[in-house]
Amino acid sequence: MEAVQVRDVFKFYKKHADSHKFLTIKSALVNKTLFGDLEAGERFEALRGVSFALEAGKTLGIIGENGSGKSTLLKILAGISRPTAGEVVTQGRISALIELGAGFHPEISGRENIFINGVILGLTRKEIQAKYEEIVRFAELEEFIDNPVKSYSSGMFMRLGFSIAINVNPDILLIDEVLAVGDASFVPKCLDKINEFRRHGKTIIFVSHDLSTIERICDEVIWIRKGLVEMRGYPKRVTDAYLEYVGKKDEVQTLARHGEEEQEAASEREKRWGSREVEIANVRMFDGQGREKYIFQHDEPLALEFDVAAAAEQDDFVFGIGIFNSEGIQVYGSNTLLENLVSQSLAGSGKVRLEIPALGLVNGTYFLDIAAHKRDGYPFDYHHFQYTFRVTSSHRDVGIARIPHRWQFSGGIAFRKDENP
Amino acid sequence: MIEKLKEIIRHRELIATLVSRELKARYRGTVLGFFWSLINPLLLMAVYTVVFGFIIGGARAPGFEGNKWMYALFLFNGILPWTWFSSSLLESANVLSVQGALIKKIKFPVEVLPIMVVTTNMVHFILGLPVLVAFFLIFGKPLTPWVLFLPVSLVAQYIFTMGLCFLVSALTVHFKDIKDILANLITLWFFATPIIYPYESVPRALQVVLNFNPMTHIIESYHYSFFMGSLPHYKRFTITILVGLLFFYLGYLLFDKLRDTYVEEV
Repeated sequence: MEAVQVRDVFKFYKKHADSHKFLTIKSALVNKTLFGDLEAGERFEALRGVSFALEAGKTLGIIGENGSGKSTLLKILAGISRPTAGEVVTQGRISALIELGAGFHPEISGRENIFINGVILGLTRKEIQAKYEEIVRFAELEEFIDNPVKSYSSGMFMRLGFSIAINVNPDILLIDEVLAVGDASFVPKCLDKINEFRRHGKTIIFVSHDLSTIERICDEVIWIRKGLVEMRGYPKRVTDAYLEYVGKKDEVQTLARHGEEEQEAASEREKRWGSREVEIANVRMFDGQGREKYIFQHDEPLALEFDVAAAAEQDDFVFGIGIFNSEGIQVYGSNTLLENLVSQSLAGSGKVRLEIPALGLVNGTYFLDIAAHKRDGYPFDYHHFQYTFRVTSSHRDVGIARIPHRWQFSGGIAFRKDENP
Repeated sequence: MIEKLKEIIRHRELIATLVSRELKARYRGTVLGFFWSLINPLLLMAVYTVVFGFIIGGARAPGFEGNKWMYALFLFNGILPWTWFSSSLLESANVLSVQGALIKKIKFPVEVLPIMVVTTNMVHFILGLPVLVAFFLIFGKPLTPWVLFLPVSLVAQYIFTMGLCFLVSALTVHFKDIKDILANLITLWFFATPIIYPYESVPRALQVVLNFNPMTHIIESYHYSFFMGSLPHYKRFTITILVGLLFFYLGYLLFDKLRDTYVEEV
């Protein structure tokens, strides 16, 4: 039996830019903009003919970039907005976790909000009364339940919202990225609850950017791109295809940005400083084959190259680099002085190349500092956070650096390699 | 339409819950609590009594015989239901955007929101009634059995206000300037309704103009059943109810027609 059927769903939004600003009641009535259909130029096509069916008891993941139409689709499935064309047929009670705690009133207590939110989500007061204890216990708010909701931390707020929504006991559960805001200890609990739902044969549709969770809990994944279903299938296959697509796209963008950034750099003081007696230019990165590249695998070789030009001959100079992760933590830093290279002479121009045989970093975006200065620190040319590269890896490990390692077991411990993690 | 009305009635538990939420939330955190819903009409009454009763001499109008306290009583008789009407209109202009999260993030019957506004303000009005009765006792003006006409006036006002609030809440989503116009319009409307002056004191030609204002007859019905202690002008009142129903119908029609646009516009 199919729990969800989506047939050829289209959704157009009105473009807000200028048409709306000068809209008056008169023009609305004369041009019928209020009631009429939108012309092709006036609309944003969020969904352009999406069809799929989902069997009851299955868990479906929906992935896609921002603005691809995933959330629009979920809102239509939830019955919050209506499709411009096409239809959605669902079997059973739906609970949508799109925004947790929508309808909470900050001034009144958690207890009262449970009842109000429950009624808003379609429960009767009796049903809520029966589930009240369970809701409070799951949200871990026993001590705070009589305090006004405005005194809650965002984590408490989210826990209460999740706990109520999940206790609506739906047949179909729609989840939109809400777990992204949860505190670290609560998210696993939510995932446990979602798994419990799966075991009880509930249908779940899960929208997320967190591909590893998607791979872990979904039976199937749909990738939405520009309002269309780009791909549907086995989770790992779809997420891999998606990652590859995103990676390629990023690479093009990062390459383009690389050029722009260097141009802007000169005007932005805080990003670049120094006397410029020695000038750094043309910073670029290459992979092991000598191709210019800004997205690397975790263990790939990276070569950094930049041109150096000195207006007058120098004998006191140091070249240095720093690698920072997106949180601004320095992952690594070094310079020629620290590595006991004593400068002799720099005249005219030259090229500096730094080779890293294997990056050994985890997933993420990294920033580079590149500098030329005197031994005492007097800056010639300091480029701060000017260059970026990304590391994508199929590993899910975390931290600052990927330390080389190997697991070994002995005795009565057995593991099996999961071919499709 | 009948189907839609049944649908609305099915949501009564939701409406009741939201109304009690509004009531609780409004007084939570204030020292005087529920008395605030009385203080506003009382202050309004005090101001008008001083200005029109003592300074301009409104109490000289027929029916008060120069008794300023009678004039104050008359004022309160009209201001109390008027506050219900004007607050409902003003709040309904905001309600869809204030409660935007409910519309955007949950499958939610939107019509419940303007209904919540009008009902909440009606509860404030009803809570003010004992004070009105107390004033009658204090000032020694007898109440007559015609007071029992009150529920009819209440229903008539509810229907008319509801219709307008559907209209206002739906349109303000698309035309934000309505909010600014509305505040001025309500002030104007207040003076075009016999609240600070008795209907009878107005020249005949102006009475004809006042007759086109449904609120004239609704407020008059309160004046009749409380202050004058007689049956309201039933012909005018019946027409007012019909006009109210028409407003309700048209208001709801428009509100329903624009329903799908709220998710995107609020």
